[in-house]
Amino acid sequence: MNENSKTFELEALQKRDRAVFAQVLDQNSDRIYRLALKMLGNVQDAEDILQETFIKAFNNIDQFEGRSKVSTWLYRIAVNESLMLLRKRKGNTIQLDAPLETDEGDLIPRQIVDWCCLPEKELMNTETRDHIREAVKTLSDANRAAFILRDVEGLSTQETAEALDISESAVKVRLMRARMQLREELTAFFAEKMIKETL
Amino acid sequence: MTHEHDITCQNILENLNTYIDGELGDEICADIEAHIQTCLDCRIVVNTLKKTIELCKYADSESSLPVETRHRLFAKLNLEDYEKKD
Ligand SMILES: [Zn+2]
Repeated sequence: MNENSKTFELEALQKRDRAVFAQVLDQNSDRIYRLALKMLGNVQDAEDILQETFIKAFNNIDQFEGRSKVSTWLYRIAVNESLMLLRKRKGNTIQLDAPLETDEGDLIPRQIVDWCCLPEKELMNTETRDHIREAVKTLSDANRAAFILRDVEGLSTQETAEALDISESAVKVRLMRARMQLREELTAFFAEKMIKETL
Repeated sequence: MTHEHDITCQNILENLNTYIDGELGDEICADIEAHIQTCLDCRIVVNTLKKTIELCKYADSESSLPVETRHRLFAKLNLEDYEKKD
């Protein structure tokens, strides 16, 4: 998108042009729903967050300055809404800007098993897919948010930092923790399969 | 060829994320690749980590917005008249 059309979209949004609102909805509802579903883990909560995100965005459109992409701004609202709901549910107090845990233990690989050699049909089947979904749920809320935005949704480190309102180096640390934890989870899962196969 | 930049398993771990994301300079990349060639443990960690990310991305690729959810979203925002029907 060039600068002119970006300004045009921003102006139209701030004039509350309904056609442009609809266009923003059209272009972003899929990704916001995917994020909410991954963060919350169930479709009802995901739908609530989806609606709440766009209501908030359109009500507060004057606060959007156009420095980041509209999608990044929407991600930011959706992440905040998701974390708020999770906090309410769990009564937990983890915040995105909370100091990073000092325990480095989770950054050292514990299990070294080469499961990459497993056949594609084992790596990509429904059972594996379900296991991966469960594994992603076990990440801390803050690490999960970084992982979904960066690795699943494919945002850049900078965009992820903007969406989470944390520094790029904090994104990298959270991402590393999430990736290493998931690697351990999947290694345990696949190692068990490999043992069963050799029996 | 003499190897002046011998790196350790610890160095690999420190640079793992940036290496996988392709954000490291050519020289250190070459050093890491040389290490990985000879160190089985690091090779396994790098490969399983890459595969983990790939599988997580894939596991999620199918969850898309249900038609009814999308419809309720447009209705909630009073934008039904702009909702595209496929
Ligand atoms: Zn090594």
